[in-house]
Amino acid sequence: MSVIYLLISISIVVALVFLYIFIRAVKSGQFDDDYTPSVRILFDDELKKNPNKSEKQN
Amino acid sequence: MDNPNCFHCGNDVVKAEEIVFDERIFCCNGCKTVYEIFSLNDLTCYYDFENAPGATPQDIKGKYDFLDNEDIVSKLLEFDEDSIRIVSLYIPHVHCSSCIWILENLHKLQNGITTSQVNFHSKKVRVTYNPSETNLKEIVLLLSSIGYEPYISLENYDAKKEAVDRSLYYKIGVAFFCFGNIMLLSFPEYFEVGEFWIEQYKGFFRWLIFALSLPAFFYSAWGYYVSAWKSIKSRMLNIDIPIALGIVVMFIRSTVDIAFNYGQGFFDSMCGLIFFMLLGKLFQQKTYNFLSFERDYKSYFPIAVTKMHNDGTEEAIQVYDVNKGDRLLIRNQELIPVDGILISESTLIDYSFVTGEAEPIEKKSGDKIFAGGKQLGKVIEMEVLHSVSQSYLTQLWSNDVFQKKVNQKYKTITDTLSRYFTPALLILAFVSFGYWILIDTSTAFNVFTAILIVACPCALALTAPFTLGNVLRIIGYKKLYLKNATVIEQLAKVDTIVFDKTGTITSNRKSAIEFFGTPISESDAILVKNILRGSNHPLSRRLYDFLPQTEIKKVEHFEEITGKGISGTIEGKTVKIGSAEFIGKKKDNQIKQTSVHISIDDNYLGNYVFDNQYREGLEKLFFNLSKTHDVKVLSGDNEGEREVLERLLPKNTELVFNQKPEQKLAFIENLQKQGKNVLMIGDGLNDAGALAQSNVGISITENVNVFSPACDGILDASQFSKIGYFLNFSKNAMRTIMMSFGLSLLYNVVGLSFAITGNLSPIVAAIIMPLSTVTIISFVTVISNIFSKKG
Repeated sequence: MSVIYLLISISIVVALVFLYIFIRAVKSGQFDDDYTPSVRILFDDELKKNPNKSEKQN
Repeated sequence: MDNPNCFHCGNDVVKAEEIVFDERIFCCNGCKTVYEIFSLNDLTCYYDFENAPGATPQDIKGKYDFLDNEDIVSKLLEFDEDSIRIVSLYIPHVHCSSCIWILENLHKLQNGITTSQVNFHSKKVRVTYNPSETNLKEIVLLLSSIGYEPYISLENYDAKKEAVDRSLYYKIGVAFFCFGNIMLLSFPEYFEVGEFWIEQYKGFFRWLIFALSLPAFFYSAWGYYVSAWKSIKSRMLNIDIPIALGIVVMFIRSTVDIAFNYGQGFFDSMCGLIFFMLLGKLFQQKTYNFLSFERDYKSYFPIAVTKMHNDGTEEAIQVYDVNKGDRLLIRNQELIPVDGILISESTLIDYSFVTGEAEPIEKKSGDKIFAGGKQLGKVIEMEVLHSVSQSYLTQLWSNDVFQKKVNQKYKTITDTLSRYFTPALLILAFVSFGYWILIDTSTAFNVFTAILIVACPCALALTAPFTLGNVLRIIGYKKLYLKNATVIEQLAKVDTIVFDKTGTITSNRKSAIEFFGTPISESDAILVKNILRGSNHPLSRRLYDFLPQTEIKKVEHFEEITGKGISGTIEGKTVKIGSAEFIGKKKDNQIKQTSVHISIDDNYLGNYVFDNQYREGLEKLFFNLSKTHDVKVLSGDNEGEREVLERLLPKNTELVFNQKPEQKLAFIENLQKQGKNVLMIGDGLNDAGALAQSNVGISITENVNVFSPACDGILDASQFSKIGYFLNFSKNAMRTIMMSFGLSLLYNVVGLSFAITGNLSPIVAAIIMPLSTVTIISFVTVISNIFSKKG
């Protein structure tokens, strides 16, 4: 039955990992702007329309 | 109108000025140029995301010359190293996904820009560039040329980078981590069926739970202890006292329970409580990043001005470096930063922002001009009389009465209620303790702690944040942006409403124009309109927009005499448009209204009179408001409009004219001394004092991105007629809170009946607490949404 110590320790460690990831995400500013990234992700497709020409500078 | 819309900016296209390029229609050259820039660089995707997303670029010749000055630039930079510089620019025009797209593709338009990143909510773009390849001025000019002119003001100068406070997120994360794990670990004991293995591992589970509760107890809930302690010290009982008391008692009782093996304790309820209450705090914390409610004169002031040296050379200097005796060059539409004397011949100065007067004032050489006015007309030269810190406007602003009082602490409804709640709770706890101690000592302690635990006003404390947070969001969608949730409570209490006139109940945009005199023939109207085309004077522009569309004719001998009028010859006819003196007619002092006189070939035709245009729905709004509130109009303008207003507004509306900014403030103060709760609605700097003094100050603006004075809320001008609705809704919001208070007290009664009889087991607490939380949150959300639709 002592496997329960192991299992619970593992589950707590996993939860701690998630907590750590959350804190790091907050720290990096991910929650400061919750709109722009959601729009930005859509732009990648648009750019591929003419990828060769987009290098042209004025 | 069946006019086509400009492909770039979406404005109506005037047929005569239409430009067709690349099979698309543009309203002006500026829009076409932007399109050209984009199509040249393969950036026309810009137009795919939204229809007509652009803005017409403004003429900014020379405006950003100060960015050549390295000292100023270095103050604006966020990060500065040999080959990398980072700058954050505030761009008011950012409003859609196209904007994000084009601004994040700046590197395709300009060599040397490495990346640019948009923060949509705060309307900022953060540009990283290489100073050896480009410079800040080029970037700003590029942005302006594509219609995204950044706003750089004195406020940016030397602005310290604010540390973003993210501690609430951390606290919530930690609380949730503790809550989740503890709940899972508590389950085995809740469903205890006397199994052998639970008995064996009970100690391990309990002490693990204890360890997990520590971060939530000491870190996440810390704010409540601090707040409770402060409120005890200042002898103001706020809601945080019973909360902190409940949490602490819960923790101690639970620790005692497991230490002496009495039971499993209330750790899961405790962490759940902390988590939900922090969540409520987050919910209430809706902020509008792109708006600022704490502005002072700094955000209106330019960062640099052009100084003229004795040898005629020009130099951009920082406004703080302006000294008495300097000669400054002020361009069209620029703000005058310091008091001074006009040296150039004459100019028009728009003081509407400072004084509330609607029309620009003419100044002649040698006249004194004050800081805060906007220069309209040709470039002028002025000599400085006072430095920035000694100028009239700055002095006015630094005046104590103009600062929003910090100690004017408002007691929220929750705090008011907890003044009764806390003593009642303590009395109940001690009485039951006294009762039980006669019967059984250990039960007495159990009951005592159970009461404090179960009465911990979680539901009570959640009601207001969730209701007000929700209301804040709903009215935010309806374009009234409030500073914080307490403003709603104060709004509900308002009994007197004071309106500013110019810019508040009148619109700056359109004016009704009436013609007096010999009826003007169609052919004459064509002449007048063509003359007006060449003039940039605000009245000319308004009259030009007012007159019907015509063909374009060639104007000869066009002349504009600043402050007087314009003249020109078309088809041999000399047309003069301007002031009465200019036309050669004696000035009529009786008429206070603004008017423009017309003569053709020295034949006096008559004059156009400009009425202040009142906002749509004004009469109805005032009529409805006057039924429930005291309504007053306070104006910095002269009495010219009194009659019109008296006709328009309900009889009991008080009208006060010729009010200086200080007088407006005193007026509000006076009302407050009579015990009124005053809502002030204003727009310009001239209302700043009154807005700060009033219980709720709302500033109204045609464009929320343009700066408005310090206030509690910003209302989009298009929603002016809905003020009554907002007042009503805030009242209903308070009603919702009261109903929900009733509901949560009901839960408390149920919980207490368990507690007093000594039957509060951890599992009962674990059911009651989340249940009450969930019902309260859903109740207030549903009810406030229903109220929002009802209006």
